[in-house]
Amino acid sequence: METTMNHQITSSKSQQLHVLAVDDSNIDRKIIEKLLKVSSFKVTVVDSGSRALEYLGLEENTNSTQFDDLKVNLIMTDYSMPGMTGFELLKKIKNSSTLKEIPVVIMSSENIVTRIDRCLEEGAEEYLLKPVKLSDVRRLKDSILKTENMGMKPMESNNRKRKRNDDRLPVLPSSLSCHINASMSPPASPQQPTPKLC
Amino acid sequence: MERNQMHRQIANTRKLMFDQGYLDEQFIQLEELQDGSNPNFVEEVVTLYYRDSARFLSNLDQALEKRPLDFSKLDNLMHQFKGSSTSIGAKKVKTECTHFRNYCNARNAEGCKRTFQNVKKEYTTLRKKLEAYFQMSRQVGPVETAYASSVVVCTIRYDTIHSLHLNIIHSNLPLRRCAARSH
Repeated sequence: METTMNHQITSSKSQQLHVLAVDDSNIDRKIIEKLLKVSSFKVTVVDSGSRALEYLGLEENTNSTQFDDLKVNLIMTDYSMPGMTGFELLKKIKNSSTLKEIPVVIMSSENIVTRIDRCLEEGAEEYLLKPVKLSDVRRLKDSILKTENMGMKPMESNNRKRKRNDDRLPVLPSSLSCHINASMSPPASPQQPTPKLC
Repeated sequence: MERNQMHRQIANTRKLMFDQGYLDEQFIQLEELQDGSNPNFVEEVVTLYYRDSARFLSNLDQALEKRPLDFSKLDNLMHQFKGSSTSIGAKKVKTECTHFRNYCNARNAEGCKRTFQNVKKEYTTLRKKLEAYFQMSRQVGPVETAYASSVVVCTIRYDTIHSLHLNIIHSNLPLRRCAARSH
């Protein structure tokens, strides 16, 4: 199979998207790693925000073509983590001159509008509701690839729209939005209030 | 012949867990991630869940013994356990966790203690069912069959043959696209 050098470089570049996934839960780490590998991403998984920054610092320092493999194209982080939350990690990344271009996606089991807004305003690419699905990851991949190919900055604050999409319709490529799992309904309230016994 | 019967039995066991509301779509999502390179992925995830859960449940037990109750801590512990349960598709467990958290928010000690018993009950029930299911599945071993139909064409392993069977025969389960993955 003959391919030109150019073709090889382009195809290997577009296939080797490297994701840094951050989650304090063993189970969620295992699942997100699998979701990403199945979607042909290269994956590095860490269990905390501080380890993520360590890794990113490391990756920064070895920034030569030789170490292109380490370059992180996307960061996916859980919101609720002990120590540094995903939100705090997001802020640190967006405030870093070297790291701010890397798209950051927040994952959370909690559908809290103010939280979602805050994350998007702080520069998160997306806010995904857990459990994250294959379709979420595939959609993310398309969006990141498109961004890279078009040379667009990941954070286009003017264009950002938050769209609540209860039936999980595919998102328009140019909008950054939050995706709500349609099967998640509000939790049931307790049946009747009983006297406090604490 | 016997093998087919076993397959049917496994498929029925699996279907029952969905029909009775013990498992939800997230379990199917995990099954979809399982492939030749990682044929025990679902069981591995579930085993990890048992291990982590033991710790959460024990911490919750301890926290519920304290006087006065620290509702914020209880809520935090339950949030983590609920997250794990959601990740494996443990539907009934997840529901009870939600009830517990609501009682925490309402600072209702009795409600918390009561629902925690329900959480443990559902957890134990599901665990038994899953252990039986995986044990049965291991007994038949992996099977690769080329399966052609008007609906879907793919190569399937023993673990996905059940879902394929069910998807075509029983319409109450969503149709799952079976991706042919080359590794």
